[in-house]
Amino acid sequence: MLLGVMATLAIPQWVDDFALIQITIYVVMAILAISQAFIWGFSGILCFGQATFFGLGAYTYALAVVNMGESTLPVLLAIALPGMFAVLLGYFMFYGRLSDVYMGVITLTVSLIFFSSVNSTAGPEWRIGNAPLGGFNGIPAIPSINFPGNPEDPLDAVTFFYLCAFSLIAIYGGLRWLISSRIGHVIVAIKENEQRATLLGFDARAFKLFAFTVGGCIAGLSGCFFANWGSFTSPTVFSLGQSAQIIVWVIVGGLGTLVGPIIGCMAIQWLTTQIGTQQTFNSNLVLGVILVVFVLLVPKGIIPSLGDVLQKLFGKKVAKGEDA
Amino acid sequence: MDLALIVSVQVLYAIATLVIISSGLAVIFGMMRVINLAHGEFLMLGAYSAIFATKAGVNIWVAMLVVAPICVGLFGIVVERLIIRHLYGRMVDTMLATWGLSLLCVGLVTSLIGNTTSGVSTPEGSFSIGAYSVSLYTMALIVIAVLLLLAIRWVLRSTDWGLIARGTMQNPGMADVLGISPTRVYSITFAVGAALSGLAGGLLAPVSGVVPTMGGSFIAKAFITVIGGGSSILAGTVSASALFGLINQLATFITTPVFGEVALFIAAVVMLRMLPQGITGRFFKGSL
Repeated sequence: MLLGVMATLAIPQWVDDFALIQITIYVVMAILAISQAFIWGFSGILCFGQATFFGLGAYTYALAVVNMGESTLPVLLAIALPGMFAVLLGYFMFYGRLSDVYMGVITLTVSLIFFSSVNSTAGPEWRIGNAPLGGFNGIPAIPSINFPGNPEDPLDAVTFFYLCAFSLIAIYGGLRWLISSRIGHVIVAIKENEQRATLLGFDARAFKLFAFTVGGCIAGLSGCFFANWGSFTSPTVFSLGQSAQIIVWVIVGGLGTLVGPIIGCMAIQWLTTQIGTQQTFNSNLVLGVILVVFVLLVPKGIIPSLGDVLQKLFGKKVAKGEDA
Repeated sequence: MDLALIVSVQVLYAIATLVIISSGLAVIFGMMRVINLAHGEFLMLGAYSAIFATKAGVNIWVAMLVVAPICVGLFGIVVERLIIRHLYGRMVDTMLATWGLSLLCVGLVTSLIGNTTSGVSTPEGSFSIGAYSVSLYTMALIVIAVLLLLAIRWVLRSTDWGLIARGTMQNPGMADVLGISPTRVYSITFAVGAALSGLAGGLLAPVSGVVPTMGGSFIAKAFITVIGGGSSILAGTVSASALFGLINQLATFITTPVFGEVALFIAAVVMLRMLPQGITGRFFKGSL
């Protein structure tokens, strides 16, 4: 964490504005990665549609800020609304006692349904307040975040980077704290053996719902930052590719860690940006190959596998990927 | 009267489409407990094979009903060998690997063929009911869906092969002892499921835009149908298709096609809240 704070303070001094904006999007996506890392790696909830909450966050912020002009309330809404949707969806899934495979399919389908619904709202009759939904064209020219209470004073690139990076660090710290708290122990216990936890008197459904909602809120915040970053959002935030990308980050980085998915996210983002600069390979193709290869050959992901390798080399117990 | 007739034809058509697009998925899921997230891409490959065959001068019915399933079936054998075989019993990993496969297929086809819509024209003409015109192809799809169900039922119930496949799925160890190679049965079953998906893709090629990402627009419906249907292949697919097709088409009739899909989905989630095992988890238990 200390490393993170130091990096955050140092980066704007070193790099030019263009690189800083690139790094900012990595950080925004890392927040999304950490939300998936938490609900999947620690709560064992197989959510294949984390993009739903990401997209809801982006759209909520965009629609609210266009209507209100001032950004503080829209940011809070962009966290609260995906959270509320997570409660609703989670209620149906957890209280219906769906198995994890069904849950994966349902969450995936939800994101697809959002994708096609929002896509079809291109006409001028689809608007909320002053903000047209824009359908497949998306919503352009979204006002950026301003200092609370002062709409005339938007954040510049450096301040926005600080906001995103410190949010990531705060969320990381918060989740660490949550996992080591009593509630966190119960959540992990439910992941390990749901029946045993239930027999010990814990209501597994409620704890899972709580974890799912926390994940939804974090993903919503990430979506809000994303809409800010490019002043633009379009239905692709709900797309299958977006959901797949999040899964790839977590699988590559290592399921069951919080640091791994952040590193996986940044590595994959960097890779797809590189792929985007040449024409031979399609980025979907490469993502697909990475996902298949990791599931078949490196199922634990990079960070835990590195831990194993170090353990073999030095013959002693090395902390498993997480900073001890 | 004409309106009522046309709406019921449309409802039947919606049900038939659901049956056609989800049967391949249902066979693979119902028999092997494998959720194939690349199902949409199998459809896409089927559609492309049908189109290429038609352009090469093959009769369109042959292209749809023969070429498309054979191509995708062969592809299915390769996929089973390379990926699925290593992951039996690990449902979540299989889902992830087939998802990777799906991205890979989309990427590959985009690189090779390009991101443009190609298509074939709908075969046969149309006839009219009162003031409305109905395409003959719509009726053909309804008939094909019925034939497809009968064929699956016949293969599973009345042939040696169906008996062997069902037996192997229930108890692979016992089948092995009796001299049947389970790996071969798995491989063939997966290929049959893939071929059914390819057939669906071929049949849908004339009525939908064929692009590398076309799978995405079908898999949501296909998954919901299979999961809503539950574990038994035929009864599940038929009952879920009937229920969801009806809801989808009526909602489409009242609003727009997209909100028809939303209605289908909401109905499915609410239903799964009450019947988490799907329709056949509660009703028609033990049927095929």
